[in-house]
Amino acid sequence: MLEILLDATVRAGTPILFATLGAIINERAGIINLGIEGLMLIGALSGFAATFISGSLLLGVIAAFVTAFIAGSIHALICVQLRGNQIVSGLALTMFGVGITALFGRGLVGKTIEGFERHAVPLFSKLPLVGKALFNQDGLIYFSFLLVVLIWFFFYHSRWGLNLRTVGENPTAADACGIPVNLYRFLAVAFGSGLVGIGGAYLSLAYTPMWIENMTAGRGWIAVALVIFASWSSFRALFGAYLFGGVTAMQLRFQAMGTTVSAHILQMLPYVFTIAVLIISTLRLQKGASQQPGNLGLPYDREDRK
Amino acid sequence: MSLRIEKREEGTPLFRSLATTASLIFALLFAGLLLFFAGVDPAAAYLEIIKEALGSSYGLSETLVKATPLIITGLAVSIAFRMQIWNIGAEGQLYMGACGATWVALFSGLDSPLMLPAMFTAAFLAGGLWAAVAGLLRARWQVNEVIVTLLMNYIAILFTDYLIFGPWKNPDGFNFPLTAQFGDAARFTEYFNTRLHSGFFLAIFCALAVYLLMERTIWGFQVKAIGSNPNAARYAGMKTGLAIFLVLTLSGAVAGIAGFSEVAGLQHRLQHGISPGYGYTAIIIAWLARRSALGVVIVSFLMGILLVGGDSLQLSWQLPVAFAYAFQGLILFCLLASDFFINFRLRRVKEDADA
Amino acid sequence: MSNLLQLQHIRKTFPGVVALDDVSFSVAAGEIHTLLGENGAGKSTLMNVLTGFYAPDSGNILLDDQPIRFKSPRESLASGIGMVYQHFMLVPAHSVLENIMVALQKVPLLFPRRQLRAKIAQTIEEFGLNLDLDTPVWKLSIGAQQWIELIKLLMRDCRLLILDEPTAVLTPQEAAKLFKVLFMLKAQGKSVIFISHKMREVMEISDRVTILKKGRSVTTLEKGDFDQNRLATLMIGNDRIPEWQKSLPFSDELVLEIDKLSVRNDRGRADLDNFSLQLKKGEILGIAGVAGNGQKALAEALTGLVKVASGRVLAAGQDITRSCARSSYIAGIAHIPEDRKAIGIAPDLSLDENLILKNFRAARFRKGFFQSRSAIQKNAQEKIDQFAIKAGPQGSPVRLLSGGNIQKVIIARELSERPQVLVALYPTRGLDIGSAEYVHKVIAEGAGDGMSTILISEDLDELYKISDRIAVIFRGQLVGYVEPATASREQIGLMMSGEVLT
Repeated sequence: MLEILLDATVRAGTPILFATLGAIINERAGIINLGIEGLMLIGALSGFAATFISGSLLLGVIAAFVTAFIAGSIHALICVQLRGNQIVSGLALTMFGVGITALFGRGLVGKTIEGFERHAVPLFSKLPLVGKALFNQDGLIYFSFLLVVLIWFFFYHSRWGLNLRTVGENPTAADACGIPVNLYRFLAVAFGSGLVGIGGAYLSLAYTPMWIENMTAGRGWIAVALVIFASWSSFRALFGAYLFGGVTAMQLRFQAMGTTVSAHILQMLPYVFTIAVLIISTLRLQKGASQQPGNLGLPYDREDRK
Repeated sequence: MSLRIEKREEGTPLFRSLATTASLIFALLFAGLLLFFAGVDPAAAYLEIIKEALGSSYGLSETLVKATPLIITGLAVSIAFRMQIWNIGAEGQLYMGACGATWVALFSGLDSPLMLPAMFTAAFLAGGLWAAVAGLLRARWQVNEVIVTLLMNYIAILFTDYLIFGPWKNPDGFNFPLTAQFGDAARFTEYFNTRLHSGFFLAIFCALAVYLLMERTIWGFQVKAIGSNPNAARYAGMKTGLAIFLVLTLSGAVAGIAGFSEVAGLQHRLQHGISPGYGYTAIIIAWLARRSALGVVIVSFLMGILLVGGDSLQLSWQLPVAFAYAFQGLILFCLLASDFFINFRLRRVKEDADA
Repeated sequence: MSNLLQLQHIRKTFPGVVALDDVSFSVAAGEIHTLLGENGAGKSTLMNVLTGFYAPDSGNILLDDQPIRFKSPRESLASGIGMVYQHFMLVPAHSVLENIMVALQKVPLLFPRRQLRAKIAQTIEEFGLNLDLDTPVWKLSIGAQQWIELIKLLMRDCRLLILDEPTAVLTPQEAAKLFKVLFMLKAQGKSVIFISHKMREVMEISDRVTILKKGRSVTTLEKGDFDQNRLATLMIGNDRIPEWQKSLPFSDELVLEIDKLSVRNDRGRADLDNFSLQLKKGEILGIAGVAGNGQKALAEALTGLVKVASGRVLAAGQDITRSCARSSYIAGIAHIPEDRKAIGIAPDLSLDENLILKNFRAARFRKGFFQSRSAIQKNAQEKIDQFAIKAGPQGSPVRLLSGGNIQKVIIARELSERPQVLVALYPTRGLDIGSAEYVHKVIAEGAGDGMSTILISEDLDELYKISDRIAVIFRGQLVGYVEPATASREQIGLMMSGEVLT
């Protein structure tokens, strides 16, 4: 039973993981992205549509990344080049994503595709408890494991990662060192958005291979909260995403088991849990255990009077 | 030749209005493009919107009906916005207000003249308490209110569903998810044989009250000062934490009034989906209207036109209701772009160095 | 000497402000060239143009006699021009190593930390510093942070180094060490542009001096051609400088006594550590110390903005540390904050509204719940007359005023309730001489009326000029008191580095 729960935890947590990783890259560059929910939907729809038309899952994932990359570029353009208000722009992106996917997804409601299949890693998949959950999953989940490590490596062991972190902490300092600040910020937002799109695609290509209007149901917002929980680190993001996945899996289990508690009340659990996590993470931030990127949420204008 | 971005001096109000209007026109154009790609004739669609919303007295009354909750939630969001606090939870606070009002209407056993004021009070308190959670978290521990209020929207809607699918389900309702109808004492008057109800006048009254409160009182002054520079306000001795808490609570309470208005004036019961996203549209209204209560009323009226038109487009072109979100998102994008041109200007800089 | 760099007729404006009107000067190879001018003359703006942060409206820059235009700091760095800015370009959360690495060229994508570490450690040792490469920068003193900025430039092998007011955060002894380094660089054939408004330093190290006044270059003088008086005359503008008289001796009555006060910051460290201080009625007590040694915590503890961990504050003999009597006493304390624009004003509110930021609840400004607009406007007009504030049009946001006028607004607001104590934190920072003198005038006149002032400043000249006594603070503790008439700069300098003199 625990095995099944762990497996469900990983699967439920994966879309959130991709989204959180993408959001972390955004915020490390200093840009708040509240458009995660809309980007996930855009990725979910375009991934589903591309796979439905072409029959290729890989094409679906690529399509999800590319469309979300482009949508994220709007946010990037407004926040970086146009010095716009990051919160409003993110909200606009979410609204836009919800609406435009509802509009263009009309024709795909009810259609089905062959979703991602599991591939077992020999030997490891026979491990007790975690064997199925970690080593008998589909390609996207394995990719997500790799992504966590790659992102950590990027930030702490590459020059580009150090530059990006500097841009997010003190863009004036980065500028003074000769780093092209706007370019880094733009690419970070666009690329991170692309990852968020893949998270959405996981929903429509693997988790429940279909398209339903508004199928993310608030997962994007949970990812925004988890970034703070993760202290902007990719490994903690993994932990946070699976924690959330676990709550979701348990809640679904309870519903399936048929408790007296109303389904609606159970469905509240992930959201309540996220609020609790947010409170705890914020308190930890206050105590100085970790700090958010110094320039998070602020525009950068070289000519600002110093 | 290259372009340099420079800060602009204070733009005149005329310039700002022009830029805003231009951006709205662009938004209409982009939305028209979207419609076109979705197989809808944009020109015909826009004409239909105007015709439906303003072309008849019934249409006009429907516009006002839609404008009513928009005005109230728009005011609610703008109250918090004055202090740079983002209340994204107006939607959930509206729902909770509706629940509070419904409880009084169906289960309190109150007498006729007390019924409506009691419903109002319950809605006010319910919305206020719901927002107070976020307010407390933000004031005391600086927890991000955007995320908290937004997540609580999902919780509020689920809670409402729980009530109408569960304990409050109408026993004579053929198992549909809705409550029993309100008695006459719990309903607003309707006017001119249309659906226009007293809620509209309540909304105008709220606008006046909010204007007086925020522009003329010492508490409004405090809010303004803290919104302008919370550090300076603190140094001047203002209790910023308490102010943050009160502002969010009041914001939620006002949004709760919108819920009261909807169930008492329009739906006369609690059911699924009493709000098609008014709370989110309110954010755009508050942003557009900046700090003016009158601006909220005007922009809400314009949004009402869009919503009425959108309803009719849904019938004639099978346009999903959620398209309104895309449109609103586009409006915000265009407004942000125009904000850039209001605050900055582009200047050509000569490359070669001659005096 | 050949000209390494020439600036010709540089002009730079911001919305509503002409920062640089017409500036021309040149720098030769192997010289230390000082840019001298009072606050607001345009020195930092000019350097920001040179390093590529700002684009000039017109004018030419010639490097090695070739016309050049820097579109970004990247380009100026590539040409060998580096700057140590007044506001540091460091990331507090990152380690020393990370901060330096970010500034280096030719760092491979996957950087081999060990090689770089060795190279950086070597440079650090060359300059006789003691820095652990893995310490996060926020843990270091401000002086150490400035050295890190300098190392960043030295490792990039710049031909021209620009230092913007580097001694503002150094004790006299540390400043001497810096000058030794500059002379060393000069010997290596490098050029230095040294920005300052402190005349004694200028006399000590400059080969040439260019004086900037109100955005124009006045003249350039060679070493030997100038002395302090000549420089002062050229530097100061023609505005009427307010004159004031030092008040008569004050009474011995203690108006405020601070007894072993400790305050912790949010990183858990002690900003104030058993700090004690005594303030007499009508006294102007200066507090000297390098910025970051607890001055801000002291000001905030006195004005009730920060919680006291331990210790007592006594007002006229009564313990008010934690009682509610404190809040009414605090109402009698005026506070001029450190950063006018960030903390002192509500930028979008009008001048009228900013003037009543503290006492908007007073009965005379309201009718019940509602504000009385007429009373507020009348009050504003009074204050504008009384303090000679140059206000903009009625109702316009207060941030559009000049720095000096903003400071006047803050002073008008703080002094309007005739406070007993004034706590002023770096009140003349960034102000032109006329405005700075005005602040001193207000403080001196207040002292004549019986108001006690705690003047916290990093400018020893200022403290010498106006204080009755000077206390020195170091790492959150009181080092000692000195009399301006008898103490030497060296003495105070040593105390500022923590040495207690017997």
